[in-house]
Amino acid sequence: MLKLEARPEPSKIWTYGSPVLALLITVLIGAVMFSALGKDPVKGLEMFFWLPIHNAYALGELLVKATPLLIIALGLAVCFRSNVWNIGAEGQYIIGAIFAGGVALLADASSTRWIVLPILLAGVLGGMVWAGITALLRDRFHANEILVSLMLVYVAVQLLSYLVGGPWKDPMGFNFPQTKTFESVTRIPRLFDGSRVSIGALLALFSVAALWVFLFRTRSGFALQVGGLAPAAARYAGFSSRKALWMALLMSGGAAGLAGALEVAGPIGQLTLYVPAGYGFAAIIVAFVGRLHPVGMVFSAILMSMFYIGGEMAQSRLGLTKSLTGVFQGLLLFSLLACDTLVNYRLKWRTRGGA
Amino acid sequence: MPTPRLQLKRITKRYPSVVANSEVSLTVMPGETHAVLGENGAGKSTLMKIIYGSVKPDEGSVQFNGQVVHIKNPQEARALGISMVFQHFSLFDTITVAENVWLGLNKNLSLQQVTQSIVAKATEYGLDIDPLRPVHTLSVGEMQRVEIIRALLTNPQLLILDEPTSVLTPQAVDKLFVVLKKLASEGCSILYISHKLHEIRELCTACTVLRGGKVTGVCNPSQESNASLSKLMIGAEPPQLTHRAQKPGAAVLTLQNLILPREDQFGVDIEGVSLQVCAGEVVGIAGVSGNGQKELLYALSGEDVRAKPGTIHIGGVDASRLHPGQRRKLGLHFVPEERLGRGAVPTLGLAHNMLLSRQEAIAWPKFGGGWIRVKQLERHAAEIIARFKVKAGGPRSLARSLSGGNLQKFIVGREIDANPKLFIVSQPTWGVDVGAAAQIRGAILALRDAGCAVLVVSEELDELFEVSDRLHVISRGQLSPSVPIAEATVEKIGEWMSGLWDDDVQQHLAELEGMAIVGEPAQSGGQHAQA
Amino acid sequence: MESYALLLAATLNAGTVLAIASLGLLINEKVGIVNLGAEGMMLCAAIAGFATVVSTGNDWLGFAAGMGVGALLAAIFGLLVIWLNTNQYATGLALTLFGTGFSAFVGTSFVQAKIPERTSFAVPYLSDIPWFGPALFRHHPLVYVTVLMALALIWFMYRTRNGLVMRSVGESPESAHALGYPVRRIRLLAVVAGGALCGLAGAYLSVIYTPLWVEGMVAGKGWIALALTTFATWRPARVLLGAYLFGGVTMLQFHLQGIGVDVPSQFLSMLPYLATILVLALISRNPQWIRINMPTSLGKPFYPGA
Repeated sequence: MLKLEARPEPSKIWTYGSPVLALLITVLIGAVMFSALGKDPVKGLEMFFWLPIHNAYALGELLVKATPLLIIALGLAVCFRSNVWNIGAEGQYIIGAIFAGGVALLADASSTRWIVLPILLAGVLGGMVWAGITALLRDRFHANEILVSLMLVYVAVQLLSYLVGGPWKDPMGFNFPQTKTFESVTRIPRLFDGSRVSIGALLALFSVAALWVFLFRTRSGFALQVGGLAPAAARYAGFSSRKALWMALLMSGGAAGLAGALEVAGPIGQLTLYVPAGYGFAAIIVAFVGRLHPVGMVFSAILMSMFYIGGEMAQSRLGLTKSLTGVFQGLLLFSLLACDTLVNYRLKWRTRGGA
Repeated sequence: MPTPRLQLKRITKRYPSVVANSEVSLTVMPGETHAVLGENGAGKSTLMKIIYGSVKPDEGSVQFNGQVVHIKNPQEARALGISMVFQHFSLFDTITVAENVWLGLNKNLSLQQVTQSIVAKATEYGLDIDPLRPVHTLSVGEMQRVEIIRALLTNPQLLILDEPTSVLTPQAVDKLFVVLKKLASEGCSILYISHKLHEIRELCTACTVLRGGKVTGVCNPSQESNASLSKLMIGAEPPQLTHRAQKPGAAVLTLQNLILPREDQFGVDIEGVSLQVCAGEVVGIAGVSGNGQKELLYALSGEDVRAKPGTIHIGGVDASRLHPGQRRKLGLHFVPEERLGRGAVPTLGLAHNMLLSRQEAIAWPKFGGGWIRVKQLERHAAEIIARFKVKAGGPRSLARSLSGGNLQKFIVGREIDANPKLFIVSQPTWGVDVGAAAQIRGAILALRDAGCAVLVVSEELDELFEVSDRLHVISRGQLSPSVPIAEATVEKIGEWMSGLWDDDVQQHLAELEGMAIVGEPAQSGGQHAQA
Repeated sequence: MESYALLLAATLNAGTVLAIASLGLLINEKVGIVNLGAEGMMLCAAIAGFATVVSTGNDWLGFAAGMGVGALLAAIFGLLVIWLNTNQYATGLALTLFGTGFSAFVGTSFVQAKIPERTSFAVPYLSDIPWFGPALFRHHPLVYVTVLMALALIWFMYRTRNGLVMRSVGESPESAHALGYPVRRIRLLAVVAGGALCGLAGAYLSVIYTPLWVEGMVAGKGWIALALTTFATWRPARVLLGAYLFGGVTMLQFHLQGIGVDVPSQFLSMLPYLATILVLALISRNPQWIRINMPTSLGKPFYPGA
């Protein structure tokens, strides 16, 4: 029978190969699912893997989707590496969007383009405040951050619903729960004409570099990670676990809030009930598939965007539901976790019995 | 020739990175107390796991009472009559003694029956234990008694004991030997795993010596000397350490009435500990584990900052509330008992593990904690690897890829290389092979000769007798007064481990007084313990 | 007065979903495994149960389907976490994310479906007692079964040898393994049983409690159930109490809306989640207390070969 045998050293091949294998497994299961639904599997896979990259405009859309995923994932990587389980990034994203939207609503004919700056900062602040609640409860009350941050997601959704259905509702909006469309001056500047890619993409790339430096070249980044790898060693070294907790949550909250601001003052252009798009949860998968590494997450963010766009296309062209995206995302994470075993273990055939 | 109780023939077991046992043959006769001697990493534990059924051998055969057996799991071993007392107890803290024992026996007995049997067996062997107490309230010695009773209740024909005396005071060791001798006289065979030469010579009538997974000798230990056994065990005589007399300098570490309530319910309260360590001397703290060493060391290293201000002084500075980093700036360097997980991060390389206690490779410390100069870090780590003869692939080798002894050499080296004014080390050579152990103890003495103040906390009395100038004993969170090593004996220290030092102090004071009045030197104490 | 009796009845009903799921998670955690996939399992079980009842008209088949789905998903989770030693938190999250998407996917064709009118239940004689009757004795049998389940669990865990073995595995899998117990098999059994219960909770939700299917209808109850096991310090009786309390809080929002309290409905909808946070904070304040009651190996991987 098949047995798992521990390797003396983690396998380098499988460290890079495991995500690839996981993707292959996901694709395979996906093809099976398409067939089971009576759709041509090749066409289905085309939606997910070819159409999103087949021309410049498509690539632009890919970047538009990947940007918030990447930014949130970068923040989550800090958390997960410190063993702080921030599952509520979606909530921080929403509150960031709310703060940003609030500032954007203040804009009027006399505002200049510079209002974009306070909008983004407000988004960061909103995300930090929301994550700060989780940090406070864990710091003061030892409350589990998984549950607290998650509960706060539901609270944030209700808060958004209240604002866009009440005090912030567009008086000329036919009573739909949404704010007015923001003034064009508040919109995040685009990078190229003919594409929706904004400076958000540049911010994301800058953040990738910044995270790399933080994690691998600063003592604070080192201290955070030791806290996640071996808490007793962190205590021995004198690294403050409180500082680590706050830093991790504020950084990831700020990142999620920034992503929210970029979306709301960018592609969406107003606050509606549909602001929560699940990016906060998808980013968790981006973070893991990217191995919590800045460069790896760039690739996994692009991959996950392909799933999003593929899902939308499958809906519009094949009549399948958009929730396929969620299925693929979940499958990918499952497969990755399973394939990761190969990094530390070898599969061997062992005959029964011994002496 | 009577049938051997247990016969192992050419047992071999291979793991991915090491051959744990290679063609090992072993014969145990009925009623024999058979020692399995070898240093750490020689393959003793693996061999026992094979006998007990937790591990299957790749080659070779096991015969029990003349029949070939294939033991698939511990339950089958127990059914045959093989019982094991583990080094690291298989006990569950939150349930009672009786429930623990019940779990280790077969299902058909009820809890009441088991409880009654426990009381009966305990009385028969003089092992004092209350079956209704939850295990977490027991001392380590009492926990071992539970393990032993659990083994005895299976009416074993073969009892395996894995390093049983590491958690016992010398007096408790004597009591254990009485139990074992009674057991052997009733026909039970005993396999006694240990690396303590004097115990084996006292208790056992046969001995198989393992080195590097192979059998290097079979003998009768009562007819051998420590030197000849040591030669079989490590291939050479035990290395000697030179202990130069030294006049201690000024006090570097001062503890005044340190009081610390326990952090969690399984811990020990520290109750008014006072001690002093001067430059150029080694102060040892002896004691069986679980008497407050852990808590005391947390307070000293700064991992626990609850001490009242004024109770801990390092180099004259009040360090009671300082964090580890701040204490390191005062010249304190500490090697903890746990290497992987506390002294070093298992999944990081040796170079990055330097950063746990050394700041030299950090530039611009005020900005975001500082910038890591990786090349400098790796160079520094390589220097330490070379200087302390650490067997590792290089500064990038992961900490967990090193053997226990080599990792300890690296950690000790990292701290010594910092030129500390105060060096504290806990269990310096636990689980470390003899060669590395000698090197580490030598390094400790060298530090002392160079004028550093050294505090060694250890459960191995032999080790403390080898390196210390003065000795304290810690028992239930209280510290005894110190005794110069020349006046310390194993018996006296053993008594102190049970907390009985007050009488001694009275007597000693009386002797001093007698000396003052009469003008004659008092009788000096006992002898050194055997090495 | 009548309305309070109804409120109590609704509380018990709402609490039952939480209680069943939480008891299942308790079984998991008692052997040391945290299954963050509760929400996903409940969603999949909810659609499975609903779809089964729509096609067959039989409630009990619906419950069975829910339990089966929960057990299956839990088994996959268990294999990954117990045999491949994948990170429990990440794997549980993967299960929730997958389950959320998969249930939405499968459920698209059932969004408008209706199931046959629920029959009302009444315990003979007892249900006619004024006030208590309507409050306590007009529930679906599963409400009473839940209480029995909790009692059975208490008896099993604290009065049988197998229960002792189970608790010991959660306490120290290494020691249990050294004594020869099949630790991994025991853990898998517990995980599957826990999954089946979460599945039952999900099916009860979609078949009895609010007989319909809507994407994401579990609305965080899986997470609240997880929190409940911690609040209740892993004791079945306290789980029941906590579940009913939370059921009460959930019902409170409707009650307050009903009596015309002038608070925007969204803030009332926040109540269960805010209550969870509040209780979590209060309970966790003393880390000692949690540590004493928590199964020691909770969340940690177990390597038998070591």
